Formats: sequence, structure tokens, C-alpha cells
Amino acid sequence: MDELIIEPGAKRRNYWRDLWRYRELFYTLAWRDISVRYRQTVVGMAWAILQPLATMVVMTLVFGKLAGLSTASGPPYALIVIAGMLPWQFFSTAFSGASQSLIANAGLISKVYFPRIIIPASAVATSFVDLLIAFVILLGMMVWFQVLPDWRIVALPFFMVLAFLAATGFGLLVAALNVKYRDFRYVVPFIVQFGLYISPVGYSSSLVRDRLGDNLYYLYCLNPMTGVIDGFRWAILGGDLDPLPVAFSCVSVSLSVFVGVWYFRRAEARFADII
Amino acid sequence: MSTPIIRIDKLGKSYTIGRQQQNRRVGQTFGETLAGALKRPFSRSAAGRGANKEEFWALRDISFDVEQGEVIGVIGRNGAGKSTLFKILSRITDPSEGRAQLRGRVASLLEVGTGFHPELTGRENIYLNGAILGMTRAEIRKNFDEIVAFSEVEKFLDTPVKRYSSGMYVRLAFSVAAHLEPEILIVDEVLAVGDSAFQQKCLGKMRGIAQTDGRTVLFVSHNMSSIRQLCQRVCLLEKGRVSLIGPPDEAIGKYLSDAIVGRKVSVADWEDRETTGEARILQVELQPGESSETAQVKMGDDLRIRMEIDVRDPLVDPSFGVFVYDASGTPMLDLRSLHDHMSVGQVSGKITVQLEVKQIGLYPGHYFLTPWISDTACVRHIDFPRMCCAFDISSSPRDVDLQLDRDWGSYFVRSAWSVVGATPRP
Repeated sequence: MDELIIEPGAKRRNYWRDLWRYRELFYTLAWRDISVRYRQTVVGMAWAILQPLATMVVMTLVFGKLAGLSTASGPPYALIVIAGMLPWQFFSTAFSGASQSLIANAGLISKVYFPRIIIPASAVATSFVDLLIAFVILLGMMVWFQVLPDWRIVALPFFMVLAFLAATGFGLLVAALNVKYRDFRYVVPFIVQFGLYISPVGYSSSLVRDRLGDNLYYLYCLNPMTGVIDGFRWAILGGDLDPLPVAFSCVSVSLSVFVGVWYFRRAEARFADII
Repeated sequence: MSTPIIRIDKLGKSYTIGRQQQNRRVGQTFGETLAGALKRPFSRSAAGRGANKEEFWALRDISFDVEQGEVIGVIGRNGAGKSTLFKILSRITDPSEGRAQLRGRVASLLEVGTGFHPELTGRENIYLNGAILGMTRAEIRKNFDEIVAFSEVEKFLDTPVKRYSSGMYVRLAFSVAAHLEPEILIVDEVLAVGDSAFQQKCLGKMRGIAQTDGRTVLFVSHNMSSIRQLCQRVCLLEKGRVSLIGPPDEAIGKYLSDAIVGRKVSVADWEDRETTGEARILQVELQPGESSETAQVKMGDDLRIRMEIDVRDPLVDPSFGVFVYDASGTPMLDLRSLHDHMSVGQVSGKITVQLEVKQIGLYPGHYFLTPWISDTACVRHIDFPRMCCAFDISSSPRDVDLQLDRDWGSYFVRSAWSVVGATPRP
């Protein structure tokens, strides 16, 4: 029979063992969020395709045609856009989902015990499923434009993991902060909206260097998602990859995971009291 | 018996109250903390802390043991620390001091709807709720048919639970938790909802869990009859401390002993109440047939009860009522304005409502009452100061020879007797 000791601070000692024990809850919560998402809708799962597809069309028109960023050489502009949009959309939905997740599940937190980290983690996992579905668009478009990826595609899983970790790290940090400071409910949508412009989603980051100069480009590279999105696009469509933003992404993402988990665990013990 | 399954040793939980407490519900804003830090740069020092914050012990010095297979009741007025104790034992919140040792898996029966997703079907929610309570999929699958059969919702298994009635909700929730097979089950006041037939079924199930399966149940309830039916031992909490642990009757007696005795009783400040704030019962007045200073009512007299209510938000057609319980907390009388088809239309401000019982037939003894006001259909309590008043029924001199015995009856009804047939022995 397992024995449980409850005393101040005892929770923290068995943390990782507990987390393993509750792994099924993680799957179940992710499954709940996925299966609830398209209930009582007519087109159902097709929303996961339609939304990025429509965004891609609009962005291709705005950046490619209207702003005239499209070039004669290189892959079709629509492909450049979609290759940048997939990681960005994943990050933005996963990050905002994770940061609101604790508040959305306040009832559970104040009534049942389980390692709280499961809630934001399953929110990220839910968005990851959406990313996999959205890959169908990319595949379809590559067939349509008859573009074949080369050896660089083997680097894609690495950048996917990097995107996943970025969403998890920043998501955990903001989720925990959000329990105490509800300001983040307003900050997050702003970050996500702002981020779309300062990330190479509708355009490539080499353009920033060309038009805005080196100094602004270095500033631009401080955005952790710059390296992730550049890497994504590079793995799928080829071309050159500047290692600077990628290196910076690796550093800042690792840091965010470290700080996120650390702060989350520290704040976790008081969630039920203050949520 | 061997070592106890639950050993609680000097457990305590403190909260800091003060400015932060007020903001607890809405959450504190980042700016406030920032501004606070700027305004009071030394607030981290001991002096600054003491000035702004106050420590409040929701629970202190709790120590008791629970043996395996025991059903222990926990009672106490609102704010006595029952929920805090259970939150600590189910690991939702950390204690501030002390220690508890639990030998076995702990599961708590959740409040209605927690852990359910309205969009998911009953079937899916069984899996969801099971996982939240810590069951593995395999365990749920093993018990699935039993859970469904117990909950009596077979027909609606594939209907989203948002279309369930609240009774169906509770039945499903209880069924999942009851089949969890934990060594320790915590049941916190959930049986208040649902029909009485199902409540009895749940009580039976809990007794079975304890007696047949040798599991341990911690049971919180305001329903004294279920406490007495189920528990061998009851722990009474008062202001965060254990006031008494003992046989149900003794604990319940002490629990009820703080009810206010008097002919005219002010209950405006009574803390143990469920209230929405729309109205508040201020005063309860007993008017026995003959004028008397004490709260003594003679059996057989007409009893009038008046309650003075302050209606803060206008209410349309509220229902009024008085529940009367005997000395052991068992419900005796259920008096409602609805039973008299009284309808008051829209009310606001101060009103006084009176009810009259002709020739009260309660056997002599000590009684408690809960006056209440609710919505028209008596579904939602607007103000419910639980068991706030007490009074005595005394036997009237002319009835001395009635030989009333509480072992055989509880309410006196006059009966007319005559011999209507007699055949003389030949």
C-alpha cells in the first residue's frame, strides 16, 4: 500500500513521480480539448484546415502582390507564406491556450489534486495536433506547385521540437503568472498580434536585413520565434539559413523552459488558494 | 487494529488576510504589486509585513486518527474549516504546519459538475472524470458497466451532459467516484442534491464501501440524519479547531448547542448560512398561545412563528419556510408558504411573515429551527441561516397522563377511540 505524507512543502519532493503517475490525465485532457473543439459545428475538423488556408491566401495577396515582396526566382510566394505560418500559428495558439488554461480550469484546480503542469502541457499538445492537421495544406500545396523538399527536411523535427518547447516554456511562465496577475489575459493577445509582425511569417527575415540594415536585423533576431520560423522554412523550401537567429532561438527557448518550469513549480503550491 | 489508515498530527493552515484577501477573487494586478513595491520599498521587512497583513488560521492544531473501514463524519458551522481540512487531505492545498499520513489512495467525490465537460457525452465524461480522479483507462473500462448501472443514466449515455438534469449529473458523478476503489474516500456535502431515493442509495453504497470492502470514508454533511446513519464517529470542528471527537449523538448535540434560545431572536449576524445576499432574515419570534418570556411552547398550543426579513433586492413571489429538527438534528416539520399556496407578489424592504401551526403536536423536548427564504419553486436558497434558533416544547399540565414516549412516536395527533364491536363470551 502506498503511503502518502502531507506536510508543508511535501508535494515538491515526489513531483516527477506524481507527474508520471498522472500521465493518463494528460492524454485525457488533451483528448477532451480536441474532441470538444468542433462539437456542434457543421464542417467540424475542416476548420483546422480552412482557417490557416484562408489566412495563407490573404497573406500571400497582401505581402506577395500588394507589398510586392514576391520575386521571380525561388519557390512560389504562397509556399513561403505557409511554411512560415504553420510554426507561427502553432506557437500563437499553443502559447495563448496554455496561458489561459489554468484559469479556464479553475474549477478543477480548486477541487482536485494532480500535478498542475498537466493542464498547460495538454493545451500545448492540443495545438500540436492542429499543427499536424495543418501540415496537410502544406503537403497539398507542394504537390500542386510540384516542389520537392531536399535533404534539409530531416531538420524539420528539430525545429518542430523547438517550437513545441518555446510554446511550453513561455506558456508555463505566463500561465502561472496569470493565476496571480490577471493582467496577462490582456497582455497575451497583444503579444500574439504584435509577434505576427515581428516574426518572418509573411516575409522572409533576409528582407529585414536588406531593407532595415544590420542593427535592426540583430534586434529582430532577439525574437525567439525568428530562428524557429526561419529554420522551418529552410527545412521545407531550402535556401540559405542564417545561424544567428537559430542559435539565439535555441538559447532563449532553453532558458524559457528552464525559467517556465522553475517558476511554475514554485507558484503551483498556491494555485488553489488564489485562483 | 494495526496502525491507523489516516493519522493527522497538529495540522494547520493559515492564510494572510488584509489587502490581498480583498482582491483574491478577481486576482491581483501586476501593476498593484509593482506600485506596492515602489510605495513600500521596505515592505518585505518584518515590520512592514505586520502592518499590512494579518495571519488567519483557517485550521489549527488538528490531530486525530482514523482506522481502516471507519466512516468518520466531520461537522461544523460554515467557516469551521471543514473544506480546508479536506482540501489538505486531498492534496489540493498545502498545510502551513503539521503533518498527515495517509496509507492508501485518496479520492474525493467532486461537487456537481466539476470535472465534467458539458459538451461531452455521459460516456465520455465517465472517462474524463475517472481520469481526473486518478483512475487509469483500464480501471474505468473494468468498472464501466457497473458505473452506468448504478447511475441509472443508461438511456442518456450518448447525450451531451449539458442536457442532463442536475439529478442525473450528481448520479453520474457519484457513481464514478464510488467505483474508484480508493482506500480513502472523501465525500464533501454532495448528496444535498438529487432525489431522496438516490441519496439513500448513495448512503447504502458508502456503507458498503466501508463495511464490505474495508475502505475508509470521510464524510462532511449538514444533514444530521445521514451523519447519524453512516458514521460511527464524528469530529466536530469549531473555528478551525477540533472541538470534539466522539459518538454521533454527542458531537451533534454539541454542534447544535450554540443555537440561540429565546422568544425573540436576532439572527442577522448568524454566520452559518447559505445566502445570496438578496435578502436576509433578521429576526425570528416565537409566539406561543400564552405570553411567556422563555422559548417554551406548550404542546397542544397554537404556535405562531414570525420572521422579519430585509429584502434588499426586490423579489418576485419568494417562498418562505421553516424547518424544525429534533434534538438530534432529525428533520421533524417542513413548513412552507408554498404548502399554504401563499403568494406575495413583488416584495422589497422589510417584511414580516407569520406562520401559524394549530395545536402543535411535537412531543416534549428540545427543538431547532431553520427559517428560510427561497425562490418561488423552493429550488434556490436566498437566505438559509442553518439551525439558528432553538426552543422547547413542554408538556401541558392537562396532558401529563398522555405517556408520550419518543421511542414510539414524535408527533402527537389526537385520535378518537370507541369500541365498535363486542361479542360477549358465551
